[in-house]
Amino acid sequence: MVEIAPPKSLSTFQLQLRRFRSNRLAMLSVAVLALITLACFFGPFFFPFTGEDADFDYINAPIDFGSAHWFGTDDFGRDLLVRVLEGGRVSLTIGFLGAATAGFIGVLYGAVAGYAGGRADRMMMRAVEVLYGFPYVILVILLSLLFGGGNVALFAAIVFTLWLTPAVIVRAQAQSLARREFVEAARAGGMTARQIVLEHIVPNCISVVIVYGSLLVPEVILSESFLSFLGIGIKEPQASWGNLIQTGTAAMGTDLRLLLLPGTLLALVLFCLNFIADGLRDAFDPNDR
Amino acid sequence: MLRFVGKRVWEGALTLAALVTLTFFVMRLAPGGPFSRNRKISPEILEHIKATFHLDEPVWQQFGRYVWGLMHFDFGPSTRFRDYSVGDLIASGLPYSLTIGFWAVVIASMVGIALGIAGALRRNTPTDYLAGVVGVIGIAVPIFVIGPLFQVIFALKLNWLPVGGSDQGWRSLVLPIVVLSLPNIAYISRLTRGSMIETMRENYVRTARAKGIGPRRTLIVHTLKGALLPVIAYLGPATAGIITGSILIETVFAVPGIGRHFVDAALNRDYPLVMGITLLYGGLLILFNILTDLVRGWLDPRVRSDG
Repeated sequence: MVEIAPPKSLSTFQLQLRRFRSNRLAMLSVAVLALITLACFFGPFFFPFTGEDADFDYINAPIDFGSAHWFGTDDFGRDLLVRVLEGGRVSLTIGFLGAATAGFIGVLYGAVAGYAGGRADRMMMRAVEVLYGFPYVILVILLSLLFGGGNVALFAAIVFTLWLTPAVIVRAQAQSLARREFVEAARAGGMTARQIVLEHIVPNCISVVIVYGSLLVPEVILSESFLSFLGIGIKEPQASWGNLIQTGTAAMGTDLRLLLLPGTLLALVLFCLNFIADGLRDAFDPNDR
Repeated sequence: MLRFVGKRVWEGALTLAALVTLTFFVMRLAPGGPFSRNRKISPEILEHIKATFHLDEPVWQQFGRYVWGLMHFDFGPSTRFRDYSVGDLIASGLPYSLTIGFWAVVIASMVGIALGIAGALRRNTPTDYLAGVVGVIGIAVPIFVIGPLFQVIFALKLNWLPVGGSDQGWRSLVLPIVVLSLPNIAYISRLTRGSMIETMRENYVRTARAKGIGPRRTLIVHTLKGALLPVIAYLGPATAGIITGSILIETVFAVPGIGRHFVDAALNRDYPLVMGITLLYGGLLILFNILTDLVRGWLDPRVRSDG
């Protein structure tokens, strides 16, 4: 008997993945982002002090790779590098978790509205439109005041305002899917609406969601650092890129280091996320060039 | 067309009503009031303060009073700045914010569209790459990082312009305007480039060329008109970006505009001021979205019918 090798065929997803892999800028961004993420999450463990420990022998120490504090300390004697890494941990966690949560809510909402159609859809979308008309940043600030400040409040406020875009996009997709034959067949086969939404509508929206979800991550990170910069988000002594940059601006006349280190890292992460999002869009969305 | 306008205005009014209700109740529910300080206030004085600001009435009555005031363009008194009403504070800050926002939009549109066209016409040349780099930087580097850097370079090192404030006339406004326009230059140039490339492939552009219309005229009259539609559609959301930006810009450059007032009010829990500015921003945003829709509907008949 002759073994017949199965024809080597690639699924759409594998093709998309391959297209993404061939995008050098996007792959480089993935590598840099992974490196920064690793450094932020594990880097602080290699130092004998935390970002909140004050070292009174080294107050406002300059950059000195020979000493214990590579990038020096701030005016409380806290190690700048460790603070920046710890701040990155907060920013990245909120960024990815926030985008995932907002995406999740948006996908479900949009899928239900798009599949249900008719009156329910109109009501649900009217609510989204009303929320869309709000000035986004103002809403985040109001909500983080309502939730009393702190990390969780910040997170909730950002998610609450960012689920709208995925909802609208998925709803459009779901609407066209709901009219397709395989959904019709599923309905005829006795699947409940709930099963159809979860097993047919949502999986078929995934590639759109990945593309737009990847744009959410930089947006969440930007919102977080923006609010922390204004003093409304994450507050001292806990470090975040936003409030570190704020501290840096206060001292920039004499010492740029405090501004440049967190600022560069934030910009670098945003660069990477934008390039990755671009790469994903090119790979997953054939309509777009 | 009239129906289209009516629908948009109705939706805007609905959004504004929801915004009024939401901000009012969010502000009432938020922990800590404007008068909860560390310092102990005697109960009689607290009673008096509450009576002055009508905080002793039932919530629905306060809400009614607030809405009634709004209908008469009365935003109520500020709880932090005695002797000033919210309207006074907004009126004092608005000229700064509007000046900065207006010029930022103008500069961003002009530079952004020019960069986008240049990139589209000279694809994959150094011009295109330069425009691309500007675009990426403008999108990825937040203005609260660029702003301080510009302050260090142009104010502290080169001494060309003041670091901030508002006491040097137009000179103090240059840096805020430039920094605020950067992210919008980035978005607009990207948008223009993409839609220019798409429009240049359109049949009607090819027809125009085939009819013997010169390249310059085709570009300006035919391609540009079609290509600018998405850019105009973006100007509505751009207003939102300008609002966001103005909050940051005014904080970074210490400009006494309404964005700065808003942050101070939020930090001090001056609820009437927070609400007043929120409504102003919301109203502006809604107004600009409607205007954008109208201009688009006027330029492109397809928009009017899509509901």
